[in-house]
Amino acid sequence: MKIPLIYNLRSLRQRPVSTLTTAVGMALVVAVFVAMMALSNGFRAALVGTGSPDNAFVLRKGANAEMNSGLGRDVANVVGGMPFVAQDPQGRPMISAETFVVISASRRNGELANVVVRGVSPMALEVRKGVEIVEGRMFTPGASEILVGAKLPSRFADMAVGDVFRFAGRDWNVVGRFVAEGSAFESEIWGENEQFMPLFRGQVFQSVTFRMTDPSGFEGIEETMEGDPRLFVDVFREDAFYRNQSSLLGNLLQFFAIFVSGVMAIGAVFGAINTMYAAVASRGPEIGVLLTLGFTPRNVLGSFLVEAVLIALLGGLLGGLATLPINGLVTSTTNWDSFSELAFAFRVTPGLLLQGLIFAAVMGVVGGFLPARRAAKQPVAEALRGA
Amino acid sequence: MRYARLIWANLMRRKGRTLLTVLSVAVALFLFAALRSVVTALAAAGEVGSESRLVSRSAIGITFPLPEAHARRIDALDGVASVSWANWFGGVYVNPQNFFAQFAVVADTYFPMYPEVQIPPEQLEAFEGERTAAIVGQGLMERFGWRVGQTVTLQGTIFPGDWDFTIRGVYVPEDPSFGDEAFYFHYEYLYERTNRNVTPGWFILRLDNPSEAAAMSARIDQVFENSSAPTKTETEKAFNAGFVTMWGNVGFLVRAIGTAVFFAILLVAANTMMMAARERTHEVAVMKTIGFGDRLLSGLVMIEAVLITMLGGAIGIFGARAALGGNEMLSSLLPGYAVEWSTVALGFAIALALGLASGLVPAWQAARLSVVDALRKVA
Repeated sequence: MKIPLIYNLRSLRQRPVSTLTTAVGMALVVAVFVAMMALSNGFRAALVGTGSPDNAFVLRKGANAEMNSGLGRDVANVVGGMPFVAQDPQGRPMISAETFVVISASRRNGELANVVVRGVSPMALEVRKGVEIVEGRMFTPGASEILVGAKLPSRFADMAVGDVFRFAGRDWNVVGRFVAEGSAFESEIWGENEQFMPLFRGQVFQSVTFRMTDPSGFEGIEETMEGDPRLFVDVFREDAFYRNQSSLLGNLLQFFAIFVSGVMAIGAVFGAINTMYAAVASRGPEIGVLLTLGFTPRNVLGSFLVEAVLIALLGGLLGGLATLPINGLVTSTTNWDSFSELAFAFRVTPGLLLQGLIFAAVMGVVGGFLPARRAAKQPVAEALRGA
Repeated sequence: MRYARLIWANLMRRKGRTLLTVLSVAVALFLFAALRSVVTALAAAGEVGSESRLVSRSAIGITFPLPEAHARRIDALDGVASVSWANWFGGVYVNPQNFFAQFAVVADTYFPMYPEVQIPPEQLEAFEGERTAAIVGQGLMERFGWRVGQTVTLQGTIFPGDWDFTIRGVYVPEDPSFGDEAFYFHYEYLYERTNRNVTPGWFILRLDNPSEAAAMSARIDQVFENSSAPTKTETEKAFNAGFVTMWGNVGFLVRAIGTAVFFAILLVAANTMMMAARERTHEVAVMKTIGFGDRLLSGLVMIEAVLITMLGGAIGIFGARAALGGNEMLSSLLPGYAVEWSTVALGFAIALALGLASGLVPAWQAARLSVVDALRKVA
């Protein structure tokens, strides 16, 4: 028969200070773990969420980033005429030839940052899935107008809808703000490709994105295009391309999160072991009574283990709750592949909080095991004789 | 130290508990040392670069090239001692994970501006005589096992195609935070192979008088303000510092984690000391009866607490210094990554603070202990 849970709960209440200090220690570890994983997840989501598996993304052969690529108008025209480019209900090919440059802009705190300026075709909103204008309107072809990604106005001056933002020697009216499912596009400025070409790099596009008629036929499309002698291109699925970018930084953040939390956990586990040893030592007579009553040493071990896990879960809960306020907090770093600032939000998900609780429980089990074993292995008479 | 044996006996009373607490503190301070070294390495990277060299790049954005004609106009200005330029090549060696910086430079004006890049004279001469030669940092030679005279092929990303280079020289930087993993080759090679389709990425200039840096920067930018290629000029130090800020708010992250770690371990250490104190109320009462003073007894508790944390601190900090000092992955990501003495000192200060804080309550309790009440309590 198992030792009833109420025994553990009452014991915890008997030693409130000890219980709370250990629990708070674990709470801090779980909080750091959840916070850092939220940072890493937010970063990944920003990159993974960018792009759709139904779109094909074309760069010049050998260019591993949009910034390094150059495709002439002839290439864009040839691609536009290919049979596997889907058409919208009006019969227009769903293709967007885009220019991509990185400019210097001042953050609100005065520091300079690199911001992506993407010249898109008016079809871009249809081709690139998930992009939606939430404030204002689309730019008018031929006018000095731009759209800003949702993450920009709060970080940079003069980027709210209705402002005039100056770059490349010209003034641009900000006419709209768009969201893009939290992806990297939300850190970009979008304008018309034809307007940007003479300003920046001349009559070349950096990329061509199109919707495939049959997304499952991607390999065939890739082969056809890369084998075509008129073209000198690499073709990717749009989402796979963005996912591979800065996988270095994404992995680094995740490694960092696990390393820091792991090291902190070791410290917290030591603390738990200490607390539980002290608990066992001071409760000698109780253990003796339990054993006399007929509970087996196994039951005693189980009971102390449960107690350790309870403390740990309490800590896990506190830690998880403590990190809720940072959910949605926006921070930024540099996407070294596009050499531009990428703003992303901390992402605390229920799954992550659950992971935090499990992490805490594991700490509790590891920390409670040795003391629990010592409790179970005490000879009854000795235990009864007292601490 | 007459009481040394007493303190030692108290610490060894529960060896396991003392050891675990020491290890907790060690772990916390290991983490602290590792994290703070990231901050110091980034700060050092922000300090790299001379105040007497200026960098002039396109005002539109760093990725935009500038016309070669700008160089002559800058050189003609009063106060400019010499001008050179460089381009970022961005090539891939075998695969993208092997990242290192490659620069196309105008050798006869560039290297004289960088005296801290030390190249043996005969190697520099060999480099200058050969169009496809390269000068490579000592770190890269070691990383890839290259030899002088070896041919290395890079796949161009910005400038497509396969590019062959012959290593003719190895440089060693005077200051380790300058980085020893750069790859330099001739701008002329880039110019010819792209069919003259390349222009300078950025200009570097040396001033006659370094104290005029701010004024000269403003003057240069003014000259090109209304041209088709406006510039932004700043000291090399400021230019590098700009790259460091691109990492984001690392300092804040590190401080936040450091604070969390400090408090977590403080709780552990304080818990230990309180448990120890609780066990000893009887002894303390007896000692007071014999004649030991309140202050002495509380002092002994504090010393015990501080000893535990300082020992843990020493293990953690020196452990970090040993383990992380020469780590290759870290030093290619952050040149000059090392646990500095300033970090060590700060770590010990934190360990001391930890010890004092954790011992405070038990020490105070020991001092205030009423002998009669303590002796009356059944063990």
